Amino acid sequence: MRTYTVALAGNPNTGKSTLFNALTGLKQHTGNWSGKTVSLASGNYEYKDTRFRFIDLPGTYSLFSNSADEEVARDYIIFEKPDVTLLVLDSTALERSLNLALQVLEMTDRVIVCLNLMDEAKKKGIKIDARKLTDQLGVPVIPISARNNDGLDTLSEQLLLMCTGQTRTTPYRMKYNEQLESQISRLESELRDIFGDEYPSRWLAIRFLDGDQKLIATLKHRLSVSDKGGMTHGAAQALGSSNSGHSC
Amino acid sequence: MEQLKRLEALTAAIPAEQVEDVREDIVGELFKKSRELCSDAVTVTNRELLYRSERLDRIFTSKLWGFPIMLAMLGIIFYLTIAGANVPSSMLASFFGWIEGYLTLAFQALHAPDWLHGILILGLFRGTAWVISVMLPPMAIFFPAFALLENYGYLPRVAFNLDRLFKKTGAHGKQSLTMAMGFGCNAAAIMSTRIIESPRERMLAILTNNFVPCNGRWPTLILLASLFMAAGFSGGAQTLVTASVVMGMVLIGVVVTLSVSWGLSKTALKGVPSHYTLELPPYRKPKILNTILRSTLDKTIYVLRRAIIVAAPAGVLTWILANIHIGDSSILLHFVHFLDPFAQALGLDGFILMAFIIGLPANEIVLPILLMGYLATGSLTEVTDMFALKQIFLDQGWTWLTALNMMLFSLLHYPCGTTLVNIWKETKSAKWTFLSFAIPTAIAIGVTFIVAQVVRALGWV
Repeated sequence: MRTYTVALAGNPNTGKSTLFNALTGLKQHTGNWSGKTVSLASGNYEYKDTRFRFIDLPGTYSLFSNSADEEVARDYIIFEKPDVTLLVLDSTALERSLNLALQVLEMTDRVIVCLNLMDEAKKKGIKIDARKLTDQLGVPVIPISARNNDGLDTLSEQLLLMCTGQTRTTPYRMKYNEQLESQISRLESELRDIFGDEYPSRWLAIRFLDGDQKLIATLKHRLSVSDKGGMTHGAAQALGSSNSGHSC
Repeated sequence: MEQLKRLEALTAAIPAEQVEDVREDIVGELFKKSRELCSDAVTVTNRELLYRSERLDRIFTSKLWGFPIMLAMLGIIFYLTIAGANVPSSMLASFFGWIEGYLTLAFQALHAPDWLHGILILGLFRGTAWVISVMLPPMAIFFPAFALLENYGYLPRVAFNLDRLFKKTGAHGKQSLTMAMGFGCNAAAIMSTRIIESPRERMLAILTNNFVPCNGRWPTLILLASLFMAAGFSGGAQTLVTASVVMGMVLIGVVVTLSVSWGLSKTALKGVPSHYTLELPPYRKPKILNTILRSTLDKTIYVLRRAIIVAAPAGVLTWILANIHIGDSSILLHFVHFLDPFAQALGLDGFILMAFIIGLPANEIVLPILLMGYLATGSLTEVTDMFALKQIFLDQGWTWLTALNMMLFSLLHYPCGTTLVNIWKETKSAKWTFLSFAIPTAIAIGVTFIVAQVVRALGWV
């Protein structure tokens, strides 16, 4: 049986761990506050003879590597390259959630968006047009309620389709002002020369222009390691944040 | 090497001065696009409903009501825990006593040697039984109640209320969230300090976390409070006094946390608190049954596992130390006599200090080791009645001062072995790991010493 990896990303307190528990049957600690998940937990979920390995990333508002947990989440998506990055958005605070979603769409094509807490949104009189969002973001958008197990079948089906290459996405890429764009495209081609298709060049260019020293350091480290014939995988271990969930 | 050189050339070519502007542009565009997407796809039908959480927040985080409500919630949880744990504790105890009877019969039937019966039944079995019957019931009430508040969304409001206090001491407001995790387990709470971005403030949170009593210390606090502090009361009043004393201990822990944070941020960890945004999530009605079942089951398994992994070997070790004789007394007693003069100055005795030292791997086993030590045979008293315990303590010359100082020492002393290992893993620094051991220990010794000297000087005992 083939195993696909699915990374759960999203703002803090949008129900990533609840969705993780609902699908994997595990029991990660859940609670109604920001910053509860600090390490990567992983668990398996089987659907129609396919196994998905879910990684519960720490919740973050951005992926600019301001703090250790943002770095962990960011590096996982870039260096471990999950088959799908499942973005969990808070339907009751969509605008803030979309901020992060747009950043992830710059990094990878393989994204599914779930609008979690739909039940909550409905109670508050918030209506979201998922089809419109699908069109605009260029990736599947699925309304769910993880704690009531609503919409999980549709989600599973979509995961399967994307992992087996039956869904094509055209993710929305942020456009910036002219000056920035010209710098980006110049840097982008140079970066593509160096790394080929190993990493998303446009995204790398943006990070470089933003002066992301931690990312640059990580890239240099990986290059020097691979030169010595070492391994290029295992960014998560290098960051000291493997599965140490309940270590007490 | 080629790639690396080119990468270095590339990074050197990026002008450093424009970086600030770039970030602003990027973030600005992101916000603009998000807003645009939302205005297209989202419709709000009822504005009134959106602001319900805000109205509740005005009460829960108000300057006037914030603290009283917080204390009341904590008080209610303690009251429920203490009132509810008594009966199941005694039931578990007599259940284990019943099993022990049969086990002993089995050993006799097999003609097993006395030392084997001693190690396995009087050491291992009784030690484990003790930990389980004293610890499990309070934990099975405290944690579900706490989890309900957590899932409702109350914890960030606590952080909000305490933020001003923490900021004044130079610490980070999110430290109160890591403190709340410490109620469950300090070792886990050390991991949770990762939510604090600034290394300085994170270190403060790590160094002070063990001033919050963890699930290994609750039973000690609750048991001693109910046996000695609430002795003059009965029925509901007794529970109330016990709960108040336990809550007093928690408040002392908070005061010490704030003082130590303040002291450190004026000396070794100088700096100003960094700004941060604390999110107040909407209140969500927890899935009540689900939450209760899950946290009870989790804690049950956790306590049982820990009892088997840590308490069992410690029970065996204590039994062995108490039964191997050098000269006219056992190794254990030699050790106790050596510690006694120092311990007496702290208002404790040699046995208590010995129990804290052997109990380094886990706070859960301090009380069982102490009881084992007190019994001349070197094995634990049969677990039958919680209040029969008091006689054992009184026979050893305990007064309310001994109980109070043992509670204080338990609250303030060094973190358990697991926590120290986690501190080492998270800080990767021998110096800070050592300090996280030394600071609490010095405080525990200082506080108990002063309390003992003052109480004795005033002739209260």
